Amino acid sequence: MADVTLGDADGKSLSVPLQRSNAVGLFRLTDRVFHTVTFVAALFVLILLGAIILSLIVGAWPSIAKFGVGFLVGERWSVNKEIFGALSPIYGTLMTSLIAMVIAVPIGLGIAIFLTELCPLELRRPIGIAIELLAGIPSIIYGIWGFFTLTPFFGQTLLTASLILAIMVLPFITAISRDVFATVPPVLKEAAYGIGCTTWEVAKNVVLPYTRVGVVGGVMLGLGRALGETMAVTFVIGNSHSIAASLLSPATTISATIANEFQESDGVYRSSLLELGLLLFVITFFVLAAARIMLMRLERKAGA
Amino acid sequence: MASYASRRAANRIMMGLCWAATLFGLAWLALILVTLFWNGLAGINLDLFTQDTPGPNTDGGGLRNAIVGSLIMTALGVGLGTPIGILAGTYMAEYGRYSRLTFYIRFVNDILLSAPSIVIGLFIYAALITEGVEHRIVGYSAIAGSLALAVIVIPVVVRTTEDMLLLVPNPLREAASALGLPRSHVVMKIAYKAARAGLITGVLLAVARAAGETAPLLFTVQSNQFFSLDLTKQMANLPVVINNFAGKGYANWQQLAWSGALIITLAVLTLSITARALSAQRTQK
Repeated sequence: MADVTLGDADGKSLSVPLQRSNAVGLFRLTDRVFHTVTFVAALFVLILLGAIILSLIVGAWPSIAKFGVGFLVGERWSVNKEIFGALSPIYGTLMTSLIAMVIAVPIGLGIAIFLTELCPLELRRPIGIAIELLAGIPSIIYGIWGFFTLTPFFGQTLLTASLILAIMVLPFITAISRDVFATVPPVLKEAAYGIGCTTWEVAKNVVLPYTRVGVVGGVMLGLGRALGETMAVTFVIGNSHSIAASLLSPATTISATIANEFQESDGVYRSSLLELGLLLFVITFFVLAAARIMLMRLERKAGA
Repeated sequence: MASYASRRAANRIMMGLCWAATLFGLAWLALILVTLFWNGLAGINLDLFTQDTPGPNTDGGGLRNAIVGSLIMTALGVGLGTPIGILAGTYMAEYGRYSRLTFYIRFVNDILLSAPSIVIGLFIYAALITEGVEHRIVGYSAIAGSLALAVIVIPVVVRTTEDMLLLVPNPLREAASALGLPRSHVVMKIAYKAARAGLITGVLLAVARAAGETAPLLFTVQSNQFFSLDLTKQMANLPVVINNFAGKGYANWQQLAWSGALIITLAVLTLSITARALSAQRTQK
């Protein structure tokens, strides 16, 4: 407690009551300062959210004012004529994320069931960590890896992007499903095993129904990631502002459009890209909020 | 009720699929790491760390400016974000543990934690840079990039700080208070000490996250083909250099992109494994 001095600056010792009141005064001051500083820091998190939304709205305003709702439903993206419609990036974002989830959710749940029910105890931790490492690899790495190893076979298409996204969100879904599976009271599973259920029947009839809300929450969290993923997609999707019927044709997503075009843009073009960013933030905000609410519901159930 | 044999068969099939799913997941990890090493190792030599990024199709050149730039901006971003994150987490766990405000902050923080990083880049651009406008605060610069990384770092640190402080047993705090320690000292000298390993884990995870981020840097620092230590100017950094070099079709640039990718991946994976080892130690105690 070097910061509490029990004497004055000259080193002369003070009378005991004075020393005490000095020390208590100092304590009170640090208490108040510390409390205030932590409070302000905590408020800063809320301010940050407000600042993000506000500055994106301000930045996007020229585009919002010019195109209005047409921005959301227009399919035309013409830089020369300064007409910007976001329908094809929106379509690409939703479609790639959706396909990614269709691939990743069953696999992620499978891995989670493996880790909680089948895996030998001594392998559980290393395999869990290995899967989580997949989550730690930066998205630019997935991007260039996909660009050099997947596009030679699949081309730059919507499907290639979905595949990369699936690999990226797999660890999130696995990690959360594993954690929510672990909240199932052992006695429920033991009872089911006790009446002769197979492992699959326990997973299907006991574990999954019990953790349904949490699993959906985890899936939504993965979806939130997939929707906003930028670098991995940009390299493999082909960046074409069109809505093609085939999944094997080039497309674009909101984030890929921003990443690709921002540096060459100016004026309304640039503010359209900012509006795309705002749109992406709003979409992911709602998806992530829904995910959190579901996970909280499960927590309350587990706590009760 | 299905027959015993068919139930057993269903179980075999589904459990086989679970095994297959796990192998599938691990195979991707292996495949990515193997390709990275295969392509990246060839370019790892001394020049990589002593020379700056070259022009297309030239001999020599390395990633010195990008590596140094990444180190500087990651350090600054984590340095700016960590104190705010730790203080905010402290408020949530120590002062407002049961308050409504903490509930909302936690909710918002969890959303920021998974918010698209490209939006964070746009935010810093829109808030500080905005080209062609008179009130612009900074230009494309290392400062702006570091701020963007700080915004990425804050939610990570808030989350781990709160979680770790909540794990500190209350009797420790009560004992300290009973000895007459004021609240702020209880937090700083008791709670922080007890949660130290966890707090360090949080910071390591934040470094790992910030080091690999590309999207927030694209519109805030861009890059620089030269070596620069000036924080108010554009600065080279590994992720953006990889991004710029990978897709252009020049052999020497592609090689550098792979080597840079290998460096980042190794750094990030080392950090997250260290972080995990630290937190594992903690939970075993």
